[in-house]
Amino acid sequence: MKQGKGIPAFAGIAVGKVCLLQRNRPIDTTGSGDPQQEQESFARACKEADAQLEQLAEHARKDLGEEQVMILEVQQMMLQDQDFLDNVTVKIRKGASAAQAALDAGKECSAEFAALDDEYMKARAADIQDIARRLAAILSNQDAISLPEPAIVLAEDLGPSETIQLPRENILALVTKQGSTNSHTAILARTLNIPSLVQTEIELSPELAGRQMAVDGFTGTYTLDPDEQTIKALNACRNAQSQKVRELEAWRGKPSVTQSGKTVRIYANIGNVEDAKAAMCGDAEGIGLLRSEFLYLGREDYPNEQELYTAYRSVVDTMQGKPVIVRTIDIGADKRADYLGLKEEENPALGERGIRFCLGREDVFCTGLRAIYRAAAGGPVSIMFPMIASAWEVEKARSICESVEAELTAQGIAHGKPEIGVMIETPAAAICSEQLAQMVDFFSVGTNDLTQYLLAADRQNAAVMPYCDPHHPAVLNMLAYIAESAHKAGIWAGICGELAADPQLTERFLKMGFDELSVAPGEVLALRKRVCESEV
Amino acid sequence: MKQFTHLLTDPVGLHARPAGQLAKLAAGFACNIRLATPENEADAKRILAVMKLAAKQNTPLTITCEGIDEEMAAAAISEFLAANL
Repeated sequence: MKQGKGIPAFAGIAVGKVCLLQRNRPIDTTGSGDPQQEQESFARACKEADAQLEQLAEHARKDLGEEQVMILEVQQMMLQDQDFLDNVTVKIRKGASAAQAALDAGKECSAEFAALDDEYMKARAADIQDIARRLAAILSNQDAISLPEPAIVLAEDLGPSETIQLPRENILALVTKQGSTNSHTAILARTLNIPSLVQTEIELSPELAGRQMAVDGFTGTYTLDPDEQTIKALNACRNAQSQKVRELEAWRGKPSVTQSGKTVRIYANIGNVEDAKAAMCGDAEGIGLLRSEFLYLGREDYPNEQELYTAYRSVVDTMQGKPVIVRTIDIGADKRADYLGLKEEENPALGERGIRFCLGREDVFCTGLRAIYRAAAGGPVSIMFPMIASAWEVEKARSICESVEAELTAQGIAHGKPEIGVMIETPAAAICSEQLAQMVDFFSVGTNDLTQYLLAADRQNAAVMPYCDPHHPAVLNMLAYIAESAHKAGIWAGICGELAADPQLTERFLKMGFDELSVAPGEVLALRKRVCESEV
Repeated sequence: MKQFTHLLTDPVGLHARPAGQLAKLAAGFACNIRLATPENEADAKRILAVMKLAAKQNTPLTITCEGIDEEMAAAAISEFLAANL
């Protein structure tokens, strides 16, 4: 038994035989040696490839949806691209076989796309390679991919035509060594509802073919030659999950209203642009917490306004008019990038983090705010500040927002007017919530930090786990008080911490009167079910 | 020579499908048609070149048509861009 990890592109569990799709199956590239004959073969192959793509598109229109159809149509157009055709002709004239010329031209062209500074266009490199391979395969009379029995498809990466040619009824799971959650593999997995891992740590050798494999798309693990116990455990998990998923689907698109008619908004917490799609798939009614940190961490220098704007705007666009609440940068000594120049701190949880970092780096704060205000031109956007403890911090942050807005107006740059709220995650903010409620449009409770600060128990320290109990009466009483303070001032209150998804507390939160609960995209339907079944 | 500018409003920018449709449309005219962003330039009749511009939302695209049917080409492309991008 051997285990390894990948990035889950779609959840689910599968156990079965490995079907190894070797992209670099040897293609016969020996040609006739006569350039004119090769050029004629190439022209015939182009016609044949076009016919194949047309047929695949026909099939995709019936079964696979618009996204796949579009990829094929674009490929058909690429097949007529004069630059590509000229490149092939030059290579053939220099003595290459038609198949070799097509492969080389495809490689060169796709490399140019892979080098572009644009994620979408980068991903098109695969489409171009795919066409070149199709042409070469036709030229060398290679058979199409076959999958005669149900199997787990294992490959370096899958091109669009490969994903379409695979007989869908026989795919148990898709596991690729490359690819991203944006790749064709992931798109196909989502379309077909089958478990899938991308960027999997696995060596693709021919001896893998036919061996047993178990894929767990929940945890992102695969097991080669799984023993009986592993299979049993996974099967149990699969049965439970698929049953649960089926049941939950009944709640998709339903309003989140309790038996007595109380409405709660169920939003999703997300950490990057991709997650917004997951939130839409999960049927979230909005984004309750967009963590901005992903834009700042894991890079060499500050992001510029345009980059930030593009990211925020793309979340706003993905959400198609549903509200998006952006939390301003919540960075501290424990979440750092070198360029930020954050000093080592004895106690980062109590250090210069959240709003404290922003007020100390007004330029960085302003750039981020400008991007958020501009993104708000495209849909309903709200801003919330993390780590607020005192009223003066809110005043200061609000006045910076006002000057950012005034500046954009003066410059004639399109922007919206976001609502402004605060995270309630320090005991001070919770205790002063009546006062803070007068100053903002909404509250969102960050239960993870609120718990650790209230109980003086480090949430990262395993030794104090038993002391860091979010069900502690101190936490729950505080939550009730926060909701009450908000409503007294006529503003709304939500919860965006982990606790919002806690099944044992849904009833309590409803009784406390929380107006919004924001949870992981995959938790939305389960929470809606509990809300709709509640008597509160 | 006919020249005009179009500001890309589509949130995903000049992506593959409209690039293809544009190339197809352009190929139907005899005149020379160039497509330029502030950074780069491409032959509008070549889909891969147009895609490689990787033109994002809010990019100003300058279209230049030069040749016998430039009037018609410019009108058709302007109409296409306004309707799709």
